[in-house]
Order: sequence, then C-alpha cells, then structure tokens
Amino acid sequence: MQQTKQILVIGNGMVGHHFVDQLRAKDPLAQITVLCGEAQLAYDRVHLSGYFSGTSAEQLALTTEEAYQAANIQYRLNCWVEQINREQQLVVTSHGGQFYYDELVLATGSYAFVPPIPGNDQPHCLVYRTLQDLDAIAQSAAVSKVGVVIGGGLLGLEAANALKQLGLQTHVVEFAPQLMAVQLDQAGGQMLSQKITELGVQVHIGKATQAIVAGAECRYQLQFADGESLETDLVLFSAGIRPYDQLARSCGLAVGDRGGIVVNDLCQTSDPHIYAIGECALWQQKIFGLVAPGYQMARVVVSQLTAGELSFTGADMSTKLKLLGVEVGSIGDAHARTPGALSYVFTDPRAKVYKKMVVSKDGKRLLGAVLVGDTSNYDSLLQYALNDMLLPKQPEQLVLPAASGTPLAALTLPNSATICSCHNVAKGDIVAAMDSGCCDLAGIKSCTKASTGCGGCTALLKSVVDDELESRGVEVKNHLCEHFEYSRQELLHLVQVGGIKTFSELLSRHGQGLGCDICKPTVGSILASSWNDYVLKKPHVGLQDTNDTFLANMQKDGSYSVVPRIAGGEITAEKLLVIGQVALDFNLYTKITGGQRIDLFGARLEQLPAIWQRLVDAGFETGHAYGKSLRTVKSCVGSTWCRYGVQDSVGQAIAIENRYKGLRAPHKIKMAVSGCTRECAEAQSKDIGIIATENGWNLYVCGNGGMRPRHADLFATDLDTDTLIRYIDRILMLYIRTADRLQRTSVWMEKLDGGLDYLRKVIIDDELGIATELENQMAALVHTYACEWKATLQDPQALKRFRQFVNSPDADENIVFVEERSQIRPATADEKRQWLQQIPITQLSEAELPVNALAEEK
Amino acid sequence: MAWTDICAFEDLVENSGICALLNGQQVAVFLLAHSDEPQIYAVGNYDPLGKANVLSRGILGSVGEQIVVASPLYKQHFSLTTGQCLEQPDVVIPVYRVKLQQGRVWLNAGQQNQQASAA
Repeated sequence: MQQTKQILVIGNGMVGHHFVDQLRAKDPLAQITVLCGEAQLAYDRVHLSGYFSGTSAEQLALTTEEAYQAANIQYRLNCWVEQINREQQLVVTSHGGQFYYDELVLATGSYAFVPPIPGNDQPHCLVYRTLQDLDAIAQSAAVSKVGVVIGGGLLGLEAANALKQLGLQTHVVEFAPQLMAVQLDQAGGQMLSQKITELGVQVHIGKATQAIVAGAECRYQLQFADGESLETDLVLFSAGIRPYDQLARSCGLAVGDRGGIVVNDLCQTSDPHIYAIGECALWQQKIFGLVAPGYQMARVVVSQLTAGELSFTGADMSTKLKLLGVEVGSIGDAHARTPGALSYVFTDPRAKVYKKMVVSKDGKRLLGAVLVGDTSNYDSLLQYALNDMLLPKQPEQLVLPAASGTPLAALTLPNSATICSCHNVAKGDIVAAMDSGCCDLAGIKSCTKASTGCGGCTALLKSVVDDELESRGVEVKNHLCEHFEYSRQELLHLVQVGGIKTFSELLSRHGQGLGCDICKPTVGSILASSWNDYVLKKPHVGLQDTNDTFLANMQKDGSYSVVPRIAGGEITAEKLLVIGQVALDFNLYTKITGGQRIDLFGARLEQLPAIWQRLVDAGFETGHAYGKSLRTVKSCVGSTWCRYGVQDSVGQAIAIENRYKGLRAPHKIKMAVSGCTRECAEAQSKDIGIIATENGWNLYVCGNGGMRPRHADLFATDLDTDTLIRYIDRILMLYIRTADRLQRTSVWMEKLDGGLDYLRKVIIDDELGIATELENQMAALVHTYACEWKATLQDPQALKRFRQFVNSPDADENIVFVEERSQIRPATADEKRQWLQQIPITQLSEAELPVNALAEEK
Repeated sequence: MAWTDICAFEDLVENSGICALLNGQQVAVFLLAHSDEPQIYAVGNYDPLGKANVLSRGILGSVGEQIVVASPLYKQHFSLTTGQCLEQPDVVIPVYRVKLQQGRVWLNAGQQNQQASAA
C-alpha cells in the first residue's frame, strides 16, 4: 500500500461518498480530496421525495462537514471541474484551483435528460434530480395548480409523488404504452396505472409530446402527436438520465456511443490512473442507474487502491419500492426473455394486486418476478433468484395469497445469501456480528451497515435477526435498557412498593452500570409521579433531560424557549403586557402556540432566572412545556359569550388545567374542553377531551394529533363535574402506572388488553377495586404541586446552574441571532461564519474553530 | 502544558455537568458520583453533530463499560474517556485532563486524545 498517494475524487453523490467512506475505513492514511459540485456534501437521493413530506436536508444528509474534517478528508463545495490534464495528472476547477492526483476517481453521476421538445426551456419547466431542483419545484408549485411529469419510469413516478405532496393536480405522461417499462411487464404496468389513477394521479400512456405552448386555462399546454393536448402550469421532465461524461470526453478518455465513461472490470477507464464509478460509468455497454451497483463499483476501486482483489462482475437490478403509496417490485428477468422461461401469474382485480413469477424451463429455478400492489413476497423471491435456490415442488405457492403470511424462513437461507445489497452484507456477516456480541437490530445495523442504504431489506434483516436470536434461545424482552431488566411498569411497582426515593437507590437494588439517557429520565418521571419531589433536588437533578433541568425548552442552537402557563388560554390584558414587556426587554422571539399560549424563544441559559423572576412576580407559573407532563387544556369561549355554548368551557378548562398542572407522566398530556357539540376546542384529538352537553359533559379519551393522529374514544356521557374529575383522576393515574416510557395515551389504549371496554370496567365499574387508591394517589400529587420556577428562584444552589460558564460571566458566542420579520431568529452556519470574520483575530475563541488551534498556541 | 484552576469542587454538580471556559474553549466538566470515589471528566462542550455548545447539559451514563454523555440535542453518546461518538465513530470530541487539588478543579489545555486534534 502506498500511503502517500493523493486520491482525488470528483463528485460527492451517494456513490462518491461511499467510495470516500470505504477508502477511509480501509486506509486511515490515504490523502483524500473531494471536489463536490453541489452546495452540500452527499445526501440520500433515493429518498428525495421525502423532502416534500417533512424530511429536512439535514436528515437526508449522508455525512457532515464535521465528519469529513474529523476523518481528515479534504473537500471543496460548489466546486466545478473545468479540465483534467492527464499528462500532468492535474485537475483545474472553474475557480482556477489546481489539484494534483496520483489516482483520480470520477463519480460525477448523471443528469436528468430533457427531451428536445420545442418550448422545453421556459420557466416552470424543471427537472427532478438535486436538492436545488427540489427547491425550484417547490417554488414553482407554490404558484401552480396543475403539474405534469413527462416520463413514467421509476423516477418519473417518484417525481409525480413529489408534485402530489405539493398539492398539485398531477399528471404523468409516458411515451411508451405502459408505465415502468424497464421493470414491469405490460400487465404489471397496467395494474400500476389503475392503482395510481385511483390515487388521483392521471396517467396518459402512449403520448408523444411535440410542443409546449402557452395554455388557455393554465400556464402551458402540452401538444401530443395524436392531436390531443393537456393543460398544465408546471412541467417536470423525468425521461431518463444521462451520464456526466463531458470531462472524460474532453480529456480523451474512451466513452460509449450513447455516453458513459468506459470502464473495465476494475472500474478503470482507458487511463489506468483514472477510475469511474456509479452512473457515469459504462461497463459492458451498460449504465447502472441504481445505488447498489454504484456502491459495488466504489468497493472495487477501494480494493484496487488498497491492494485488494475485488472486481466488478455486473449487478442485480432487482428493485422494490413504494411509488405514490403503491408497492412495486421487480426481480431479474421480469419480462421472461430467457429462452424457455415459464410464467406463473396471479391477479386480484379487487385488491388490484398483480404478481408474476418467471421460472426456468424445468420449473426448478426462479429467474424473475413482477409484483404490483403487494411486495410481501419480494424478499423471499429475491433470495430464491439470487442464491439460485431450488424452488418448492409447487412454485406457484410462493405468490398465491395463502403463502403471503409465510415468507421464506430466514433460518433456511444459506450464509452466503445477500441480505443488504447496498452494503453487500450477507447473512453470514450478520450471524458473525451476532457471534461477536451484537444482539439487537440497532447494534447489527451500526456494526454491519446492513439496511442503512435504501432500507429495502429492513423487514428481511429483522426476521434474520429475530430467527437467529430465537434459535439461540434468546427471549425478546421489553427491558427498559441495559441497566434495568424491568419494564417501566415493573420499575414503577418496585419504586412504590419498596418506597424507593432516589435513582441511585433503585440502581443499587435493582439495576447495574451507571444508568443512561433512557432509564434516568424514566426513573426521574416515575419518582415524580410517585412522590412529587422538586425535580431539581440534588439526587434528581442528574436524571432530568436538559429541558427539565433548566425548566425550559432547548432549541437547535442551545438557547431556550420559555412558556408561562396560561390556563385554558384565558389571559388578562395586564398579563399580556407583562409578557410583551419581558419579550422586549430580553429581545425574545414570540409566537402563539397551538395550545393557546405564548412561547418566548431565544433566551440564553443565564437569562432564564431573570426572565422568570419577572414572570413569577407578575403572577405567572411555569407552563411545563418542557416536561413529560400536562401541557395545556385548550378551550373554546363557551356559554359565557358564545351563542351556541351550553356550558362554561373556559371555567372548566381552567379548573382542570390547575388540577393537573405539573403532573409528571410517561409522556406529555394534552386536554381540551369544548362548550358545545360544534367542538371548536378540537377535544377529540386530545388525550383527554371534554365536550359540553345540555346535561353535563361527555368524556373522550386517548385521542392524539401529531404524527399519528387518533380520534379519541367516547368514554362516558352526560357526566356531572364531580364524576368527570373522578374519572379523569383514575384514567390518568392508571396510565401513569401502566404505560411504557414515552407512550402516549393513544398507543397505550391500543395496546391495552381488552381496550376501551376494559378501561371502562376498571374506571367506571371498578372491577379491580383500585379506583379509590388511584384517586388518593392523584389527590396526593395535586396537593403537593408547587411551581418549579418559583422554587428554583428561591434556591441559590439550583440557581448556580443557570450560567454558561462556571468560571466566567461570558455568554456562549455560538448563539447568534439575526433579524427576520422584525424579530430575532438563530443565525445560520454561514451567517455565523460571516459574523465571526468581523471579530478581530485575537478574540477568535469560538468553538467552531479547529479544536487544535489552542494546542498549537501553547 | 499548563494547568488552569477552573472552580471549586463544590461548583460541580453530582452526576451532571457544568461548562468552563478554558483559554477560549468551552469545556464540559462532569462529576460522576455513583461509587465511593467520585470521578471528574472533561470533554469539549461543542456537539459537532448538533452544532451547538450543549454537551455539559447532557445526561451521564454508561453503555457497556464505556462512560458516556448523551447529547441533549439528538441523543448521540460520546465517550468521556476517548471523546468518540458511539453512533458515528468517525466523530471525536476533545478530551481534557482534569485534576483535583486542595478542593479545586484544574483543567489542562493539552488534549488527551490526539485523534480529535488531527482534524
């Protein structure tokens, strides 16, 4: 191995990054430099459409600049290469930068092909390839109603999904007579068209677009060869990809007739010091447009550079994915082109499921498969195809519905079977990882990287792990964490029965190790629910999540937000003025929350006590926005003002909020009270929802908004206030006693044996005889309530913690705000960098500086 | 490498952390007090994954034999002895030497783990 070699990589897509990652792992000393054309390092292009459904650019990122720095990888962003000088082994960038190399790796990827249709270069005619493209699409969609994707292949349907998520009326136009012609046969393509049409995306097949002209109803009109037309505001081209091979062309490397940099089995181009990997590489006249083969090529080059012997031998192009919510799978010879191949076909026209299995002439081997509408058989079928396994005597069983529940037993797979094709992890690798001590899914994922690529093998990996654990006689347990071999419910029992008052006592009697960020807050919550001690008392302080420790909500930059309690959403003008004045004096960003109160953002740790002194002096209490505890009781204005209201919902909400404020629970609790059946307080989406009737109150339980909405169940009707409160007392206490950690009431209810009926029996009929006990426990908690901020302000020991530095009055320089819409917001990394550059060099003491700056000084 | 007097032992918070300024660097100092012999650990306060100065406000704990702090932002665990992030082993934070002398806590600006400063 030549350690001093300069390895230069052009391109930092998924494959380029994988190469860098693998090379660094194999050779800690290699000099690696990456030239990346985009504004950020590698991100997950496979799950790009998630960008429109809430996945952030950070979540899509495959790495960070810090990680590259820590791994000693040089990189340049926004860096376009102009020229490769092969004689001098030198690369020149558009900024004039020069980079010498010993070995050059081209991972330039591909670009979206835009068909030469007249009018294709107008505004709102876009492509779907990079994060930048996605931002442009979102901008265009904001001023559009209708969107068309030209191209009905895999990427085109992904793009259609993106348009649909952006709220556009979506059309897909495909030139071929079917969708996904590469992966599916005609019948499969038809089934897919039907399902997608059902989901509200209009499919136009066999349509050749001839021109994009000004529209009548919409911005544009697509004119088709058959004389028909289609109006749209936005056109998205997804008609295939073309390799980025200009650099290779201009420096004289061999390229294919239809593009692509020619490589041999070692992924070497016609220049032995230049390699090409991923979608820019042409191997045996083939471009591989999937991530797994690109990763294989990356590993081949790493092997070349580290004296290994891997070579590229082609790749399996099987694929399984969900397009617009429709499951689609394609394996091997999907079109049955192998001579003599036989096909088994199963169609369910009602559920719209289509499955085809292509088997060899003798019926013994699986050659390929097409699955539309249900891919539950995909993993098993793929294993048969990849491992050349002998099919059962009646192979049709593999796709018939009865067989769906019995996938191929993972135990019967040979150790050589590939489980994760992205990272080339075989079953044997997983078994080996388990032999060396990994015994849960998370550990195996981080150890083998299995299932961390496209994620398609997640279910198979889990069944391999579960089967393997079972065969080793390991029971699957619901232990809280490695420190306690008990569930949350069991721990609560141990605490209450044993009268245990501190974490260290519980740990020494029933646990091991030092605890962790899972068991400590859980036990902290159990202790609070059981004994209601001040959470910042010495033995408890180390148990709390930072939000509970500092009684505020930490934001992304380490600053905090502050939420005073505004019970029922009712507030006087005087108190509003106080909040406003505090926000002004401390320069805080203010926002109205969904729970009818006001959140003040941008408080530095050391400002919290002064802010709260002002708030407490004005009569405010902590709002527990930071705690796993009661948040708010939302209310509508009720019979006091409203023409329709039948009860005083505001008064009831305030009474209930004051009763349960500060109650620590397995997760946060939200409530609401509506004054009539119009339900303006949205009580049926809350953990506890109360709706006024002519005769009293209807009680709804275990609803949820948020990520997984659940409509609350009607638990009891026409209750008087006393009964209502008693029922809520009992339900909440039972929830605290029996729920898992971080389990909302909605999930708790769904997991409860016997469900709603059982809950009614325990709470209303008192079948377990614990109703009085539950009420007494709640009464004790209600009576011991104290405002944590008030207590903290009176405790000099606790106040000591509210400073950034133990040995300096300075503030954290990394918290920087800029103004937006007349308020502050956290500065972005770029803005901070600019800000830092304005400071004289002697003061540069920012944590963002290289960590060794100090060491060099000394 | 010079030693700097940071604070009194009493300024540390049992089984939790505080932050000190050491020649312009933010250092998180933790006091682990589960056994009879309390241990003090010091690592960089900057969370390179969350990109904020917050590690002193994380929860202390153990993962197997390793003593770790969990970042309060995204919950990755950093070893207090090697600085390594358990979830992303290529991410390493600085580790500082600590000593307790006559009731005072001292920090040494020279980092203990060289990997972190190699970047």
